[in-house]
Amino acid sequence: MSKAADPRYFNEMEDGGAVRAPYAGLQDWMQDMPVELRTLKQHEAEKLFRRIGITFAVYGEGGDPDRLIPFDMFPRVFSADEWRKLERGIKQRARALNAFLCDVYGRGEIVRAGRIPDKLVYTNEAYEKAVVGIMPPKGVYSQIVGIDLVRVGPDEFYVLEDNCRTPSGVSYMLENREIMMRMFPQLFQKNRIAPVEGYARALKRTLHSVAPKKCDGEPCAVILTPGHFNSAYYEHTFLADMMGLELVEGQDLFVEGDFVWMKTTEGPQKVDVIYRRIDDAFLDPLCFRPDSMLGVPGLMNVYRSGGVTICSAPGAGVADDKAIYTYVPEMVRFYLGEEPILRNVPTWQCARPDERKYVLEHLPELVVKEVHGSGGYGMLVGPKSTEGQIEAFRSKIEERPENYIAQPTLALSTCPSFVEEGVAPRHVDLRPFCLVGEEIELVPGGLTRVALKEGSLVVNSSQGGGVKDTWVLAE
Amino acid sequence: MLSRTAENLFWIGRYLERAEANARLLEVGARNALLPNIGGGYRNEWESVLVAGGTYAAFREKYGDAVQRNIESHMFFDKDNPSSILSCVTAARENGRIVRTAITGQVWDALNGAFQEIREMQRTERSQLPLADLTDWTMRTAALVRGATQVSMLRNDGFQFLRLGYAVERADNTARLLDVKYYVLLPEVTYVGTGLDNYQWTTLLRALSSYRAFNHAYGGEITAWKIAEFLILNTQCPRSLLSCVSEVNESLDVLARAYHRTTGAQTEVRGMLGELAEARVDDILREGLHEFLQRFIDRTRRLAEAIRASYLTGRIA
Repeated sequence: MSKAADPRYFNEMEDGGAVRAPYAGLQDWMQDMPVELRTLKQHEAEKLFRRIGITFAVYGEGGDPDRLIPFDMFPRVFSADEWRKLERGIKQRARALNAFLCDVYGRGEIVRAGRIPDKLVYTNEAYEKAVVGIMPPKGVYSQIVGIDLVRVGPDEFYVLEDNCRTPSGVSYMLENREIMMRMFPQLFQKNRIAPVEGYARALKRTLHSVAPKKCDGEPCAVILTPGHFNSAYYEHTFLADMMGLELVEGQDLFVEGDFVWMKTTEGPQKVDVIYRRIDDAFLDPLCFRPDSMLGVPGLMNVYRSGGVTICSAPGAGVADDKAIYTYVPEMVRFYLGEEPILRNVPTWQCARPDERKYVLEHLPELVVKEVHGSGGYGMLVGPKSTEGQIEAFRSKIEERPENYIAQPTLALSTCPSFVEEGVAPRHVDLRPFCLVGEEIELVPGGLTRVALKEGSLVVNSSQGGGVKDTWVLAE
Repeated sequence: MLSRTAENLFWIGRYLERAEANARLLEVGARNALLPNIGGGYRNEWESVLVAGGTYAAFREKYGDAVQRNIESHMFFDKDNPSSILSCVTAARENGRIVRTAITGQVWDALNGAFQEIREMQRTERSQLPLADLTDWTMRTAALVRGATQVSMLRNDGFQFLRLGYAVERADNTARLLDVKYYVLLPEVTYVGTGLDNYQWTTLLRALSSYRAFNHAYGGEITAWKIAEFLILNTQCPRSLLSCVSEVNESLDVLARAYHRTTGAQTEVRGMLGELAEARVDDILREGLHEFLQRFIDRTRRLAEAIRASYLTGRIA
């Protein structure tokens, strides 16, 4: 290792100078790789990404609209034991979140029992009044749950946030693996790495399993995309390809009678399940934003009458709201009668006067986030900020306290990564993708994001983050 | 398949065929520019190239004089010209991106590779890019994509829509090019029999990549009558109007069998095919070549419209 590990952070490869077991198979590979070969492989990987077209499109900022997310070739590894525990925790959480959604759009038992403040749920911006009273097929609101995790110790994982709407990034999980297998086949011969390629089949199974009752015969599922200007468009086409589903835009669908139809060269064809990758607000201009060009007029009426399933169901966003997040462990206890396996990061709500006071007094140590923000924008990382930035945030919090939450700055674990000078530890997080339908499934792996800037704790691709292949070792 | 997907495939075919047609026009223009300027018809060969491309007015407004460098900019690099090779390649690649799932990796590679290369060319000093390189590149690229579609695509309905796009655009291009040059083929014009008209005829054949093919098919003297027959009625010539219309007809037949229904597009194409199959060059020249071509261009437009209405709107027409 070219640089001594920083003792403040858990290094996933090294423990007191010794290589941790899951990474043993990588030690020789890393040491035997000459710099020239590494550079060559890195170029090769980049070329492959570009050729396949795995880019995220950024329009309207000038420059090349097709950007690559930096790919770091050093894999991130979990042992079978580590993964087993994570898997139980993730599935447990996904079950609880779905139980919560069915509940708050139904009788609201958890609120009646006083376990979550009613105001937080029913006046939440993400609470969708248009779907109150609807029970989607199999009682599933969020079929794809992405749970962002960070690690701070050998056995210590925290959930950073839940994504119940349409978490993206799964195409990177799959393509990173493909590219690694192509470039370093010998690594896969030496190590027993659980495959992730079953994801597409599992997702299709999940989508079919939640087809509406009115659908008889093989369900027709489609993916609804906002179109090719969307930054995640590659992922939409990738998933459509892997599952053999049509990739549709709003303009390809229309409502007639009790059903949704797509326009095909052979005339209209009925659609039973829509895996949508557009936000609630754009789904149906008659129900939500009237100016939406991306949605399908009348879709919500068909949905309400059980003519079509929308995945994730409209309204699912209330479960992954950053203010609701605090109560997820409570949901696990309330609905499942179990103790939560995965921990939450302690969170202060700036809306509460006593907690706000604490936050404002400790800004230099804390991470402050906007309640509805995403993508790493609009956040303050106290220890990495200047006094001016901190003061600017202080006034923002004072102005709209309900808009912010704060958390301690976590000591994110590090994983060795290839950098300019050789190999150095960089901070990582993890997003596994849990599928919820008739059954709950989780492929062994996920998307590992890495903060490639030295010392940086922000892994978002918009902020200079990259991605890694994530291995789960087979038993 | 989704109507929108079919429409995108149809247009990939049209754009690529158009890019190639532009490259041929440029090549011919450059050849003709080597010839001394003798009046009659279009004063300047470059102007006739613009008229054939249908962008003469837009060109005059932006560039003024029809000199070679401006024409190259306009027909190859100009983003404002929707028919420029850059615009066509960009649009074809963008359409390919939209229907990424309906084309093979090999086709996408070819489309995407072309796009990356043309962007590289945009950044290159123009003096490093002689016209011959530009036109060669375009022909090679078009051939690469076409080859990729031929060897790798499933012979499903999507493939037929792509083929339809190519065939419709080619029919339109041949007719337009002939129409711009129709006076060359008319026997009344005073300079018939001079060296010039022979030269013009051969350039017309060159513009349709048919010069050598013509020699093989007919041999002997080049006459207006032979050229008209070759480019309109000869089924051996892949760019003749009859060949293009037959190809459209074949594709529509495949679709009719696959979908178990015939459409207005079939009616339209069969009408055109019937007329061309019966036609003789004497009759066409008697009607007036220009009048005939104008009628053909108009019918091609109606055919494209019928294809759209029958398959690309999602409602059964």
